[in-house]
Amino acid sequence: MATISSAKSKNPVVRFFNMNTSGEVGGRDLPLWRQLLLQLLTLFIAAEVMFPIMYIITLSFSSKTTRPSALELFPKEISLGAYAQVLDHPTANPVSFLELLRNSFLLSFGVGLAAVLIAVTAAYAFSRFKFKMRQVLMVLVFVPLLMPAIGLSAPLYLLMNNFRVANCGKGVTAFYPFTSCTPGVTGKVTFNLRDSLLGVGVAMIAGALPFAVWNLKGYLDTIPKELEEAAMIDGADANQIFWKIVIPLAIPQLTVTFFLGFIGHWQEFALPWLFLTKPGDYTLAMTLYNMTGQYANSIPWNRFAAMAIIVAAPVAIIYIALQKNIVSGLTAGGVKG
Amino acid sequence: MATTTMDLARTGKQARLRRAVLPYMYLLPAFAVMAVITFYPLIYQVIISFTDFQTKDLLLQLRSPKLNAVGFQNYIDIFTAGLPVQNFEFFRILTYNLWWAITNVMVHVPAGVLIAVLLNIPGLWAKKIYRALYVLPVVVPPIVVATVWRNIFDEQYGAMNQFLTSVAHLLGQVGPVHIRWLTDYAAPISWLLPNGPLTLAYYAMMIANFWLGWPFMTLVATGALQSIPKDLYEAASIDGASPSQQFWNITVPLLRPAMVPAAIYGFTLSFNLFNFVYFMTGGGPARSTEILVTFAFDLIRNLRLYGVAAAFAVIVFFVALTLFLITNRLTRATESYTEA
Repeated sequence: MATISSAKSKNPVVRFFNMNTSGEVGGRDLPLWRQLLLQLLTLFIAAEVMFPIMYIITLSFSSKTTRPSALELFPKEISLGAYAQVLDHPTANPVSFLELLRNSFLLSFGVGLAAVLIAVTAAYAFSRFKFKMRQVLMVLVFVPLLMPAIGLSAPLYLLMNNFRVANCGKGVTAFYPFTSCTPGVTGKVTFNLRDSLLGVGVAMIAGALPFAVWNLKGYLDTIPKELEEAAMIDGADANQIFWKIVIPLAIPQLTVTFFLGFIGHWQEFALPWLFLTKPGDYTLAMTLYNMTGQYANSIPWNRFAAMAIIVAAPVAIIYIALQKNIVSGLTAGGVKG
Repeated sequence: MATTTMDLARTGKQARLRRAVLPYMYLLPAFAVMAVITFYPLIYQVIISFTDFQTKDLLLQLRSPKLNAVGFQNYIDIFTAGLPVQNFEFFRILTYNLWWAITNVMVHVPAGVLIAVLLNIPGLWAKKIYRALYVLPVVVPPIVVATVWRNIFDEQYGAMNQFLTSVAHLLGQVGPVHIRWLTDYAAPISWLLPNGPLTLAYYAMMIANFWLGWPFMTLVATGALQSIPKDLYEAASIDGASPSQQFWNITVPLLRPAMVPAAIYGFTLSFNLFNFVYFMTGGGPARSTEILVTFAFDLIRNLRLYGVAAAFAVIVFFVALTLFLITNRLTRATESYTEA
């Protein structure tokens, strides 16, 4: 029916812009010329999307270590040399690819998991219980969400720098800030919480935790209360309801929140870049940064491209596998404020 | 008899007490952790924002004999460009940051909606393939996107100049195109942002972030489009509404509840887009693409002015709070709009 009204206009341009875009109503068969026109448009958009992707894939499969002199968007050769080199010896630093991978994985996995585990009970309390100070405490949790992650990094950097283990010599070990070497003796610092994966992980949890609480609360709000009320009538107490009913129902969202944390912190760059100094602690994101910009002059572009694809792969795979869950999981928090 | 009723009363009291304490038990893990790694650092941040904390104080911190209380000097220095930092003016960076976030959303949302509507046209061939392709940018981590685009905009070997060269060849030009995308300081359209240059790097970043940004909006809009009841369109077309009338009077208002939060999410994301900006230009050239978070980072990592950095973070917090209150208003307003 809609097609009839738009067919009234003789001008093809007007008809194109007046076409039925509403979904399944009427006009199941598009006229061929319109179909072709639309295909042209969608193909153009597809080309826009594929341009950088094809560019980087082509670069990564190239065996040329020189910088690209002309634009190539389709691989002329499939050489895995760049990948092999990156896996074998990612940067000039004495650190292996496996170490970088382990560091990235430990940080993102640990932070994602810790945030979910610590957040879930608080999210439940905010979602279900009525208690004094509820509003105040909720604001306290969500205020840090407003703060960009960088906002807390100065005090975290300084405070964590306090926690050091120093070897004072003569078999004496000092644990700052609790014990220190005898005055006058400058010990050799063997461990600095700030300069360790543990410290960075803790600092990252500071950013991840409020988000996890918010995200999980939004989901728990959508679980109907009737189930819990029924269980309460059957004599279950609050803890049993939480562990036996709420947690099993929330498992999908717990997983999604975990993976959101994992994806987000897989790419975390600012805090590790600020905190860590030992190449053995570096992450994949830091290595990727070392391969670009002012540092890029010494690094062949094919190796940079291979590295970019390696860093992107886990996130892309998780995202594609969980796409539907992630989109609904992200919006779950928005359903109810 | 008396004892049993007293027992009952006591257990009742205990139960009530337990019920009163229970919520706080559930809150305890999160709040214990946050007290140590969030609230205490926040307070510490405010304290050192009133000092001249620098590398010299790193070991002894607040007990450092060299640490001076400077009152509001850090805050004044930030607002009056009194910092020992080149090319830093707070209000220029704030304006640029707002401009950057707003222009991004203004481009991403309409593009995302239009492409979603395009993909929703019944009978379009290969719809599923396009949907799968178009979601790819959402899937690639932004740090990778930024590094790849940084190389694309490389002035000597980058794909963008090579692409423009081949286009220019088609048009009869001979020489290679040599645009200094990320390093040229001149502003192509000088009147666009009165208190600062919008360098070519800004446009390059807009292009790169456009690639990154619209697919997410398309994703959200597609979901919302599919939840619009089809009979609305049927009824409208029976009443003689043209497709464009249907678009403006049915599709747009019904997309609004989904798109306003998405736009606000996109706005906050772009406003604090640290990784992307840092990887692509590092805020350059001459801090012309610097946003608040990248400058905050620079204050800590390179300039090592911890006291100033703390004051800056406090200011950024109030900027974020103001923006949150405004955007919250906006969502509320649209909420009541949809309910009305």
